[in-house]
Amino acid sequence: MSDTGFTVPAAAPPASTSPVKANAPRGWSRFFHWMVEANVVMVTALAIFSGLFVGAVLIIATQANVLHAWSLLFSHPGTTVSVTFFTVGDAYRDLFTGSLGDPFVIGHAIATGHGWGQALTPLSETLLYASPLCVAGLAVGLGFRTGMFNIGGQGQLIAGAMAASYVGFEIDPPAIIHVPLCILAGFAGGAVAGFIPGFLKARTGAHEVIVTIMLNYVFLNLLVLALTTQPFQQPHQANAVGRTIFGSAELPHIFGQNLRVNVGVFIAIACALGVSWLLRRGTLGFGFRVVGANQDAAKVAGINVRRATILVLVISGGLAGLAGMISLCGSDYFLSAGYGGTVGFDCITVALLGRNRPIGIVLGSLLFAALNVGGRYMQASTGIPLDLASVIQAIIVFFVATPGLVNEVYRLRGMNVGQGLLTRGWAA
Amino acid sequence: MTAVAILGGKPAVASEARIVSAGRRRGMGIFLVLASVLMLLTFGLGVSAGAETTFRLTSPFSTAWYLAPLHFPVRETSVVMAVVCAALGLLLIVRRRTRGTFVIFSLGVVLFLWSFLAWAARNNLLDLAGMIGATLISAIPIIFGSMSGVMCERSGVINVAIEGQFLMGAFIAEIIASASGDLWLGLACGALAGGLLGGLLAFLSLRYSADQIIVGIVINAFALGLTNYLTDTLLVPYQNTLNSGPTFSPIAIPLLDKIPIIGPDVFDQNIFVYLAIVLLVVLTTGLFRTRWGLRLRAVGEHPEAAETVGIHVLTVRYRNVIWGGVIAGIGGAAFTIGSTGEFSSDMTAGLGFVALAAMIFGRWRPYGGLLAALLFGFANSLQATLSVLNVPINPNILVMAPYLITIAVVSGLVGRVRPPANDGKPYRPQ
Repeated sequence: MSDTGFTVPAAAPPASTSPVKANAPRGWSRFFHWMVEANVVMVTALAIFSGLFVGAVLIIATQANVLHAWSLLFSHPGTTVSVTFFTVGDAYRDLFTGSLGDPFVIGHAIATGHGWGQALTPLSETLLYASPLCVAGLAVGLGFRTGMFNIGGQGQLIAGAMAASYVGFEIDPPAIIHVPLCILAGFAGGAVAGFIPGFLKARTGAHEVIVTIMLNYVFLNLLVLALTTQPFQQPHQANAVGRTIFGSAELPHIFGQNLRVNVGVFIAIACALGVSWLLRRGTLGFGFRVVGANQDAAKVAGINVRRATILVLVISGGLAGLAGMISLCGSDYFLSAGYGGTVGFDCITVALLGRNRPIGIVLGSLLFAALNVGGRYMQASTGIPLDLASVIQAIIVFFVATPGLVNEVYRLRGMNVGQGLLTRGWAA
Repeated sequence: MTAVAILGGKPAVASEARIVSAGRRRGMGIFLVLASVLMLLTFGLGVSAGAETTFRLTSPFSTAWYLAPLHFPVRETSVVMAVVCAALGLLLIVRRRTRGTFVIFSLGVVLFLWSFLAWAARNNLLDLAGMIGATLISAIPIIFGSMSGVMCERSGVINVAIEGQFLMGAFIAEIIASASGDLWLGLACGALAGGLLGGLLAFLSLRYSADQIIVGIVINAFALGLTNYLTDTLLVPYQNTLNSGPTFSPIAIPLLDKIPIIGPDVFDQNIFVYLAIVLLVVLTTGLFRTRWGLRLRAVGEHPEAAETVGIHVLTVRYRNVIWGGVIAGIGGAAFTIGSTGEFSSDMTAGLGFVALAAMIFGRWRPYGGLLAALLFGFANSLQATLSVLNVPINPNILVMAPYLITIAVVSGLVGRVRPPANDGKPYRPQ
């Protein structure tokens, strides 16, 4: 925790932090002061802690064996404590080992040099899950930075995945051409899905929240329609299952065939860098931010607000489509009804967790991927439903979105948490 | 809004005419003309000369006074209607006045739908009365949801959490009604669950000035995750005791249920329909005719002014957001104890967001929300009817219809909306 945001040398604090006091603490003392201050790292860490705490309460309240142990509270208090402790402990241990790896298995692999595949599988799965989530989170974060709330991640992801799968199963060039083509198709598919709300908002003033949500359902049904008709449906299939893409369209694995982690990770990193560059350096991104901050000022300054509105949603939709392409060509290889699952909505919480900064979104997607992948392992081994992970995620974002709450619950000092632009209400 | 107006006992009735730009009016006219071409070519001339259709006005076993079914030739009717529709469209294009634009447009759309239904049910039978009933049934949760939105947003808090409040209300109402066997207790607890989520929204957004849309979205995620989790841990293992409860049975109102066509559809329904009607009347009068409503609107439009004349802004907002949650919770209960008596995961399927759209389409007015909800409900029942009639349209496209219509309405008819001036903005007491 200490090396993420804290710098030990007692350099002058940046101008943006609270005013320097005459007796500013130094050295380790300063570190402890930092620990009790409401800064981004502390608030996020405490939010994660709170999420896990609420999750533990939920486990205690719903698992039959724990409830039984609590009924013995007065006769056998020791049993109550130990059963509670072990049940919650087991669940969270599985959450950890299922997402990052079992320390014993890793230790064994280091000692003997064998079994690396097994040791690294959880980590590989986490990275695999994180890459589309990260790209979709960037899509939402880009929107938030410009005052545009794109809830259409799910629909755009499906559009991108559909376009990518079409290119994936329809043509069969060598991988060096096929993979980039799929990437382009995924982006284009999502961009088309993003263009619709952008165009409608710019031309008619229809609010993007409504249009994108409705489009989610339209695309979900469009997907079912496509999967029950040619050319998308798998031949000789009665169910809504898509055709499998050619091997040349699959994203190559990074560490051999046993670990599923693939170059989607690099695509995600490239997207994060690209969005970061766009928002910090590009003229286009500057225009976006001005439009987000103040439309009238943007108009006066000669920025084409309509064009910016459409472009933001096109790029945002394209990124969400790319996320669909990464999961399709990276791990699933064929479409199914309801494709993408909860990624389309999880990406909103990821963007919030990352405070709409690309680096934050990368970290946030890793955390959420770990919770999901570990949650699946937990479900398999302890029977506690995976949905616990989504409750924990929601609690975390509750606290991240309201730093004031963390401040009061944990008695932190001062407020040093910038929130940046998020949504702009209903007014166009 | 001046202080006098806020203090005064006689609030002004909001009667702003909807402003329709010339371009949009012309657009509507062009739409009607194009629709009439479709009517003429497909529903009219495209039908063989002898084809007839029957619209049933009294469902079998219905208690209403009997009305003979309408029996008419499809081709001739559609041609006449197409001509009228085209005339209405041309009228919209040439005339200068704004007033009445929506009436003319709605008339044209009704003609189009009539002719479309006649075409879809050619040489067949269409249960018009049943369709109206289905429209109302699927509109009920949306009506509650949009009322909830009106309550919250008129006082200046955006409630995106309607979906979550629906889910929670549906879940809690079902589980309580099922376990206790007491429907009213279930309804009360469902309402309470919605109110609690409303309280959470109010607490986070009023006390800590958190972004209201964000908090709403997270409440939705939270409610979805929690109900899914509890469905897996509680409802699946104890399906018989916790998830198969009683449902409200219809109550016929004497005499009123004898009205032809709409009688049984409106006045022989379960408690949720009556609750919705009462709520609609109370909220419309309350908002625009009482001191309570004026204060509520003042807080949403100009909280500083309201504070100056001694209204406690945050208290008003807290109260309304919590009541809004309660209303949405009741709407959620309609999903379970009001219809099937069984909860399934994510059963609200985005209808909370549709309710939000209905509220915006209804321009933050209760009856506007009602109309929008009925429109959506109609799209839903249309889809059900068409799939029964074996219309040569893929069922997966028909399922999209309600959502596509919502998009079309939001972008074509509503356009830029004017929400309450301080909707979504945090307020710090001076």
